Amino acid sequence: MTAENWDSVVDVASGILLAAGALLSLGAAIGMVRFPDLMSRMHAASKPQVLGMFLVLVALGLQLRTWVVWPVLLLAWLFQLLTVPISAHMISRAGYRTKHRHPELLSEDELAAVVAKAGEKKTAE
Amino acid sequence: MINPVFVTVAEVALGLAAAAAIYRIAKGPSLLDRMLASDVLLSIVVTALLLDMAVNRNLNNLVLVISLAVVGFIGSVTVARFVQDRSVPDDGTGRRETEDDR
Repeated sequence: MTAENWDSVVDVASGILLAAGALLSLGAAIGMVRFPDLMSRMHAASKPQVLGMFLVLVALGLQLRTWVVWPVLLLAWLFQLLTVPISAHMISRAGYRTKHRHPELLSEDELAAVVAKAGEKKTAE
Repeated sequence: MINPVFVTVAEVALGLAAAAAIYRIAKGPSLLDRMLASDVLLSIVVTALLLDMAVNRNLNNLVLVISLAVVGFIGSVTVARFVQDRSVPDDGTGRRETEDDR
């Protein structure tokens, strides 16, 4: 294949990646509006933060046509990969403790036994 | 050059997504829902900045992208930390009312 052909292949690939990343954001936002409680909204919210960001960063790297930006883009994504689970954990913990949940929608609540046990311990003291 | 169709699809999707996230921030019902929605809005803004860089082929916004990720992380962790201390003691009705419900 000639250089021009490769150029257009890379352009189409990055265009598809950009559109896919943006549609993941749209999916998360629709989930924010449609889902009934905090926990299921969190499930929707983390998609664009990790996968969507990854797709758009790859598209950017392809468009710039140079290898030197890839480490920076990888760093940006790795940082996102480290911080998103931590903030999701903190939000879900706070949500559980302040009773922002619908127990009737859960099929199993594995944390309930632990919380009950901790409560017993506290009253025994 | 990227095919303008893809760029238009991405722009429309991001616009609708931002509108939906802002709707959730306005409606609530709890502080944590608003925090989560503003996190989503932040990731939409980051995606839009990256889209702009990819279309114009520059790296002008890269520092902004990374610092926005830091700010979003610190913001959501701080809010999640403080919301725990705002709950009103249990009144025996099962569901505890918290200040951020109001």
